[in-house]
Amino acid sequence: MNLPGARERRVATGGIDLCVVELGDATRPTIVLVHGYPDSKEVWTQVARQLAEQWHVVLYDVRGHGRSTAPVPLRGGFTLEKLTDDFLAVADAVSPDRPVHLVGHDWGSVQSWEFATVSRTEGRIASFTSMSGPSLDHFGHWIKQRMSRPTPRRVGQLLGQGAKSWYVYMLHTPVLPELAWRGPLGKRWPRILERLEKVPRGDYPTPSLPDDAAHGAWLYRDNVRSRLRRPRADAFAHVPVQLITPTGDIFLSEQLYDGLDSWVPQLTRRSLPAKHWVPRTRPDQLASWIDEFAAANESALEGGLPVQDTVPRGAYADRFGGQLVLVTGAAGGIGRATAFAFAEAGARVVAVDRDAEGASRTAELARLIGAPAAWAETVDVSDEQAMEKLAEKVAAEYGIVDVLVNNAGIGLSGSFLETTAEEWRSVLDVNLWGVIHGCRLFGKQMADRGQGGHIVNTASAAAYQPSRALPAYSTSKAAVLMLSECLRAELAEKSIGVSAICPGIVNTNITSTTRFAGTDAAEEQRLRKRTSTLYGKRNYPPEKVAEAILRAVVRNQAVVPVTPESHAVRFLSRLSPGVLRGIARLKPPL
Amino acid sequence: MTARAKDERAPELQGFREVQRLAYECAEAVAARLRPGVTEREAARMQRTWLRERGVRDWFHLPFAWFGDRTAFAGFRVPLQFFPTDRRLEPGMPFILDMAPVYKGFTADIGYSGCLGLNPLHDRLLADLEAHRGLILREVRERRPLREIYEDVDRLMTRQGYANRHRAYPFGVIAHKVDRVAERRWSPHVFGFGTQSLKGLLSDAVHGHRDGWSPLWSPYRFSDHPPQPGLWAVEPHLGFRGTGAKFEEILVVTDSRDPEQSAFWLDDDLPHVRRWAEEKVAA
Repeated sequence: MNLPGARERRVATGGIDLCVVELGDATRPTIVLVHGYPDSKEVWTQVARQLAEQWHVVLYDVRGHGRSTAPVPLRGGFTLEKLTDDFLAVADAVSPDRPVHLVGHDWGSVQSWEFATVSRTEGRIASFTSMSGPSLDHFGHWIKQRMSRPTPRRVGQLLGQGAKSWYVYMLHTPVLPELAWRGPLGKRWPRILERLEKVPRGDYPTPSLPDDAAHGAWLYRDNVRSRLRRPRADAFAHVPVQLITPTGDIFLSEQLYDGLDSWVPQLTRRSLPAKHWVPRTRPDQLASWIDEFAAANESALEGGLPVQDTVPRGAYADRFGGQLVLVTGAAGGIGRATAFAFAEAGARVVAVDRDAEGASRTAELARLIGAPAAWAETVDVSDEQAMEKLAEKVAAEYGIVDVLVNNAGIGLSGSFLETTAEEWRSVLDVNLWGVIHGCRLFGKQMADRGQGGHIVNTASAAAYQPSRALPAYSTSKAAVLMLSECLRAELAEKSIGVSAICPGIVNTNITSTTRFAGTDAAEEQRLRKRTSTLYGKRNYPPEKVAEAILRAVVRNQAVVPVTPESHAVRFLSRLSPGVLRGIARLKPPL
Repeated sequence: MTARAKDERAPELQGFREVQRLAYECAEAVAARLRPGVTEREAARMQRTWLRERGVRDWFHLPFAWFGDRTAFAGFRVPLQFFPTDRRLEPGMPFILDMAPVYKGFTADIGYSGCLGLNPLHDRLLADLEAHRGLILREVRERRPLREIYEDVDRLMTRQGYANRHRAYPFGVIAHKVDRVAERRWSPHVFGFGTQSLKGLLSDAVHGHRDGWSPLWSPYRFSDHPPQPGLWAVEPHLGFRGTGAKFEEILVVTDSRDPEQSAFWLDDDLPHVRRWAEEKVAA
């Protein structure tokens, strides 16, 4: 195992010899990571390495996997009762007088559900983080509920999950799975994972994979049928549970966890836009959520207090909690509202603006409404060197950005012939180059990390509505829209989404700083006041744009018109662009 | 505030000062009695009873109480939503008590923001209100048109990161004139407002309309005039994502040429002012 400082030991339990590996300071509270099928403990390598900085981390090969020995005979050797014995033996060996924080993925999570719901482990577990593995008992009840009272939706859910569980039926056939795993499937498995799941190579899968997979088939055969037929009625969790749901899991549907609250008194939900093998593809995010959850429970244990709800209340808190979000143009309007919306969802926020006072105000209020941390940075987005410095500083001090919102922009109105070259330059510098710098620098960091992310660029309804009044502004925004769509195509393979937001007329103070080409100061002031009044009368709040931005990230939408007029213009631009060209000729009522 | 200005109108101002203090005392007494589970209706009734027991017989408007996100007027569309509801107070929740008693013919109109337990966000909002108290006084002394001052308050709130919630009040007012009220044996109220006080406001509106000013301080054109001498109940109200805070107190505007005497707050010994002073000492 490729882990510096790892200490290996063997734990004997019921005739089995388990291979247990410890990392980090053994005097600290313990986190036990349990792997799934067909994996070995190496699936946790990256997560374990990060957690080991703060915790005593323990991994073990489940019986019959990796360097642990297999039961003889295999049949009947993998029941959940025996797996519970193994877990208790490991826990007693590594943390005899303190309950452990339990983390399970896939079958590791399935068995951990058993540990977290049976009475003999009470007092040995402090918290449980589950990913991609339901309790077989809960699953049994889930199926029964849907069979006994079928509605179209419930039947749909049953059929959907039934189709996703194809491999479970396959694994119940005798001998064939073993032959396949020891033969061609075992050889091709790493390639398959790389192509379908984008799992990066490393020390995983280990060479023991064919044997692990062949032995592990008995996990299914020994437990699935019996538990689904007769699920335990008392499978209530006696510890706080954090449920991490990968939204792109091809083996498990999200609806599987719909009624989980009735089984788990203290449930924290998280969701992650990723496929099944999250310990390999999203180690940073997992490590941070596990750390946060275990720490909250640990301090509650020490203080003798009930565990607080660790997830903030804002929309999509399950998705953005603890993530790092950078917003440019965050000193006001849409940028500020967006920073606040992310803060309410529990994200860490970097508020960037050239207005230092406004940015620090945004950061301060963001902390007050739920951001675990928020920082203000004073940067002009059009300044390439300043942006490079910012990117370096953010990566070094706060981490890699999970969501980037390129929102900073300035307004410029006036006819084309009256717009000077200098005015063109300033608009393109901020509105287009600002976005280019942001995408280039932070996008590269995201892509290099290889753990997904999202980029939001604020374009405008002016991006698809030509107008004689806004030639420079519309051009810059149309460029932002096209840039976003090109980048979206390129970054899709890195699991990085790109969205272009086209708000329309929103009540922000962009109008009070908009330049009006070809006017003197007095006239410009009058026009600013006039447009501000018009925008004020329209009174579309920036908070609604912020909501649309969060939704766009969650749903990975490409182009998002926000106000009704923006929707209408977008619709017309596709149905009948000639009409828009006609509208473009009208003089604005100013 | 200078001694002369105080003296010139001393007896009358003293009456207003007395009722304003009484109202703030009431707010503090009721706030101290608020517990988790108390409803807005109960809080409003507590204010009414407290003031009745101390001789208040008439109202400019009946006491209001807003709890939780209602302090930020979240989703307020019709004036009926201002009236107290069965919303219950919970730990950490902000609240606002707002009352306008008439006592011995003098009117007060006050707003008291508080919070049940700790709420750092609410503390921040309360602290940020101080800048508005200073701004309003300064610009009134400069005799800027009321509408402009309104817009400056609005801008300051936006800069602070907040939404302007007094815009949700009837006519979007940030302030309105108050005056002496004739004491009648029978003083009914309609829609929560005392008829005697409404009569006064209405007659001000009629006179003011003739002379080009309005007893309501709003963002609209009818407020596009310099501050009119008299007593103004000023109520800047900040809102921020489900948390609101305001103060309301009387600003005295005179026709004196001396800027200091031309406008001053009726009383500087009020709970929110004391709180800011204590914070400064602590800092």
